[in-house]
Amino acid sequence: MESLCGLTLGADPEGFWDILEERRRSSDLSHALRTFNPQHYCRITTSSSSTINRTVLKSQYLRYITQEIAEETGEPVELVREEAAGILEEMAQNLQLGFIRLLAFSLSKTFKRLFSSIRVNEEGLSRLQAAIKDHPVILMPTHRSYVDFLVVSYILFTYDLPIPVIAAGIPLMGMKLIGEIFRRSGAFFIRRTIGSDKLYWAVLSEYVKTLVRTGFAPLEFYVEGLRSRTLKSLSPKLGMMYMILEPFIKGEVFDISLVPISISYDRVLEESLLTHELLGVPKPKETTMGLLKARKVLEENFGNMHVYFGVPVSVRDLANGKVNRSQYNLVPRDLPLKPSEDVRVFVGDVAQRVVRLQEQGMVLSPWSLMALVLIQYPEGLDWDLLTQKTLWLKGLALCYGARLDWPEQVSNLEMMSSHLALHHTVARCEKGRVLLVEEDGLHGAEPVSEEEGVLRRAAVVLICASYRNQALHVFVRPAMAAVAMTTASSVRKLDVFSQFRFLLDVFANEFIFIRNNAEQDFDQACALLQRSGAVCADEHSLNVTEEGQTTLHFLQTMLEPFIQTYKMVFRFLCESNAQVFTERNFTPAVRSFAVKLILSGELQCYECLSSDTQKNAISALLNIGAVTKSRVSEQTEFSVNKAAVMRIADTLDGHTPSLMISHSRL
Amino acid sequence: MASDSDSTKRQRSAEQRLRIIAGHLQKPDTDGHTGIAAQGCKAETAQPKSVKANTLPQRRQEVLKWNGWGYSDSRFLLNKKGQAEFTGKRYPLSGMILPSLKNWFEGTFGASEQHRSPAVPVLNASAVPVPNLNQAFMEELKALGVTLSQEPDDRVFRSHGHCLHEIFALREGRIGKVPDLVVWPSCHDDVVKIVELACKHDVCLIPFGGGTSVSGALECPPEETRSIVSLDTSQMNRILWIDEKNLMAHVECGIIGQDLEKQLNERGYCVGHEPDSMEFSSLGGWVATRASGIKKNGYGNIEDLVVHIRMVSPRGVIEKGCQGPRMSTGPDIHHFILGSEGTLGVVTEVTIKIRPIPEYQKYGSIVFPTFQQGVACLREVARQRCAPASIRLVDNDQFQFGHALKPQVSSIFTSFLERLKKFYITKFKGFDPQHLCVATLLFEGDREKVLQHEKQVYDIAATFGGLPGGEDNGHRGYMLTFVIAYLRDLGMDYFVIGESFETSVPWDRVLDLCRNVKERILKECNAKGVQFPPFSTCRVTQTYDTGACVYFYFAFNYRGLSDPVHVYEQVERAAREEILANGGSLSHHHGVGKIRKQWMKETISDVGVGMLKSVKEYIDPNNIFGNRNLL
Repeated sequence: MESLCGLTLGADPEGFWDILEERRRSSDLSHALRTFNPQHYCRITTSSSSTINRTVLKSQYLRYITQEIAEETGEPVELVREEAAGILEEMAQNLQLGFIRLLAFSLSKTFKRLFSSIRVNEEGLSRLQAAIKDHPVILMPTHRSYVDFLVVSYILFTYDLPIPVIAAGIPLMGMKLIGEIFRRSGAFFIRRTIGSDKLYWAVLSEYVKTLVRTGFAPLEFYVEGLRSRTLKSLSPKLGMMYMILEPFIKGEVFDISLVPISISYDRVLEESLLTHELLGVPKPKETTMGLLKARKVLEENFGNMHVYFGVPVSVRDLANGKVNRSQYNLVPRDLPLKPSEDVRVFVGDVAQRVVRLQEQGMVLSPWSLMALVLIQYPEGLDWDLLTQKTLWLKGLALCYGARLDWPEQVSNLEMMSSHLALHHTVARCEKGRVLLVEEDGLHGAEPVSEEEGVLRRAAVVLICASYRNQALHVFVRPAMAAVAMTTASSVRKLDVFSQFRFLLDVFANEFIFIRNNAEQDFDQACALLQRSGAVCADEHSLNVTEEGQTTLHFLQTMLEPFIQTYKMVFRFLCESNAQVFTERNFTPAVRSFAVKLILSGELQCYECLSSDTQKNAISALLNIGAVTKSRVSEQTEFSVNKAAVMRIADTLDGHTPSLMISHSRL
Repeated sequence: MASDSDSTKRQRSAEQRLRIIAGHLQKPDTDGHTGIAAQGCKAETAQPKSVKANTLPQRRQEVLKWNGWGYSDSRFLLNKKGQAEFTGKRYPLSGMILPSLKNWFEGTFGASEQHRSPAVPVLNASAVPVPNLNQAFMEELKALGVTLSQEPDDRVFRSHGHCLHEIFALREGRIGKVPDLVVWPSCHDDVVKIVELACKHDVCLIPFGGGTSVSGALECPPEETRSIVSLDTSQMNRILWIDEKNLMAHVECGIIGQDLEKQLNERGYCVGHEPDSMEFSSLGGWVATRASGIKKNGYGNIEDLVVHIRMVSPRGVIEKGCQGPRMSTGPDIHHFILGSEGTLGVVTEVTIKIRPIPEYQKYGSIVFPTFQQGVACLREVARQRCAPASIRLVDNDQFQFGHALKPQVSSIFTSFLERLKKFYITKFKGFDPQHLCVATLLFEGDREKVLQHEKQVYDIAATFGGLPGGEDNGHRGYMLTFVIAYLRDLGMDYFVIGESFETSVPWDRVLDLCRNVKERILKECNAKGVQFPPFSTCRVTQTYDTGACVYFYFAFNYRGLSDPVHVYEQVERAAREEILANGGSLSHHHGVGKIRKQWMKETISDVGVGMLKSVKEYIDPNNIFGNRNLL
């Protein structure tokens, strides 16, 4: 449970341990060359990468698929099989201890330069050690930075645990030399867009399943699919999750342990990169040169990193009563079949649960709380006010069960100023006033156009918003209830709940909510509001208390940027002359619409320029059914039901009873 | 001349056959046997009982345990020196000291000599409910002149099979519902009359064969209010005729397995149906439960062996009109009877295939580095359809268990050889003693073919890393099958309870099923608060073209549990659910009885259950055969 009111991590009561401390005291070389003798999965069937690859190519499943493809395309089977072998060669990892040692050595050097500390919860690692022995283990870290990529392997090496194989994006492989080093460090490579390439999909799926079945090594993958550019958890991707769970559902392994890993950064290496991506400036290709250029990054300090290894989750326990494992009794298990409805629902459910657990394991830095305050004062605020508000918020966060990195022995003032200093690129204090720092444009300090001025302003707002996002999961449920209270038709719990459920539906892609869990989410929200003294609730109603106004207002304001953005998107869709958009045109069109609104002064919220939030708004409409998606000649098109969109916008304002929409979703 | 030499040859092979049976079953029998003749029912009853070659008396409790497995004189015990020994004279292991059994037992279960849980020594007759008799029925029955008994011990003996909960209750002296009366018909016509009377007076009949059921099939339904009569077929035990031209024998249903083989052997024939319970189980029981024997590969399962069945039902006698080897005459009515578990009537006579006794028999064994390779080898043997009469693969736990049952070696030379063999396999060949497993083999046929066959199988084994493990290991493997059932009684003296259960499953799921079921048992035991690690082990006991039969043993030390039987049943239920989820069947040969009824619908579909119900409805509308098994 997350109701750990009053818990602080100041003195590391969670048992976080700085692994860099040892590295600063003793030789990195002897660390890299230490005896490495981890205890493996007790039923491991092979420890050879080439055996894995052979098993994959020989598998009955690939035999079925290649036969099928050969029949469809008219190509000879041998050719299809060769193609499959080619795909596998491009994909497969080639884990070698020597390269892990090399990596350990260079990472020790790099990490010491970048971070003040890397703190790891050791009891999580001993749980992991026990789990690795019993069942195949899936390591599921959050993905906020490229640093995530190898830090888990580094830690596992340090603690004498088996080195994981890691699902990575193909672009990493494209980096000469580095790609090969990664491959030998256990990375296997997946194309970004697999789409309908049946053979590719099949090879990947069989490869992943074979890794799980054989228990070759812990398998590490990012369930969020992508590095989150908003630093907020992303809605999980289910393709790989399904591949991983399949061996359990088909009885090929007794159980699988999912280990959520929450990697929290005081400051993210790619922060400036992030926002440019969010504004729609294309992402730089991941090249070796790019990485070398990033060396200037090495001169900066990025504070602390916390890596929290969560409690292993048994897939078998999760599946109990939800999945009928007998469904494969009458067909060969290798037959390529679409997953049944119960399996699809289950996979989504598991993925969401893990992301929730990741969120609960995140450690908040004081800066996230400061950003949460700062973002509500776009024109800046006095240091004293910032201090006062931040400390108030700290109390609220602790009351809501956040894990907070705020040691007792350091004074609050010192803590906050050091974090402000760490984030000097985002905000600074001038004459007692704290202001956001705008980055210089490409053409010097002066903006060339009004539009660029807006984007430049938006860039820093979005960085600040990203750090705020790191803390949102702590507040999102009570905040959602707080918003629901303002738009609900009465203080009756039933009315607030129906509005709350409507908000869950609308923001289903924005925040992580477990499907069909609205009642529990609402109960939890009410309990937290009550605990923080913001409302007093009886069986039937929620009443705002005298002193609760501030809290509720703060919580409502917290969600305001998202509501604004969604409303802007809804407005764009309704006001536009066209009924149909291509997916490609949507982002630029909505961006220029938003810029126009900001320039005209109609819109003050720069966060509306976040393309991620805009896309989430569209996904929400797709889910609700107000927008439908179709593929027309290689392009994805959205067609908009304007009346439905308008109805949703109205409900968001509290104008129509929200029940209708909630139901229309069903 | 020719016929003379033929008959001596046959006699020779008959003698050999006897030795073989004695070999893996019991010590040579020195009693003389009289011949069997096809006689009429009346003629037979007029003769004194001693003429027959029956191993078991009518009052079975005189030689068999009333609250445990098998012969009263044969049991495992820890003697005064603290060593395990097996008593009696019937088995090769009888009278022997088993030096490593105690250590294995204590190490595996955490059991100890200090913690005993003895059974009540004798049946307390006053605890047996007073019989609920139907007077009108009784009067007419007595007029028939069949043997009857209302004695408590007779009735208790026929009130149970060998499920854990049944034996556990008896050992504690708890007697549940028991039949009100036992009748012993002596021929088909007796049965017809008894069934007619039962229908007339609405009395519930429960057929009883060998009493070796492990499905709760013999339990009297608690909700039954009518008088319950146990119809004991044991006195219908004659071979009525042997047809040497067509190789068939017509046999009464109550004959027990060992008598059937013994008597046929004397004539130079065998049936070859050897379930693990064959010392006690009956031909009628095999038919009623769809039994399977270890030499299935050579002779077939019971459904393959049966040529003709005669069954008495409340509707009348059901049988086919000829003995054609196969018919296309609609659904085979035999298949309504096979596996009907006493719900439709009593099987009274069976015509069964017989074979000349094989000239040569050879045991063998193969050691594999891992269970996985062993299974792969069995699969290949099945693919090539070259399985010997029997081929079974035991996992590592069972292999070690088998070693614990090795008797004290008499000569230093044998012990030296044993150690040399062990050294060769573990050190020279690098097999991990914690992983290796053993397949036991039994070849039958003429000598030359056996040797050829043996080579073929060992060649296949070699491609899966299998090494020949010697005849002894094979022989011991099969011998253990018969004594292993006695071991549960020893366990129960020291707080250890357990049982076996089985399934059949397609080849590609064998390994997954074995692993998942064992892990499920472990997980459930932990969840249910079992204080000691459970023992669960499996073996692949039968191979088919498309799959295999897997047999599990599961036992644990129940010290510290308030309701051990309930815990046991919960774990077994979970294990069964795991089996079904992994594509295994509800049962390969134990049957459904009462303890597996709950899964019948998912096993044969709603319509399937409906079909069986409608047959029951037609044949037995008043539920005279009211044991309530199966449906």
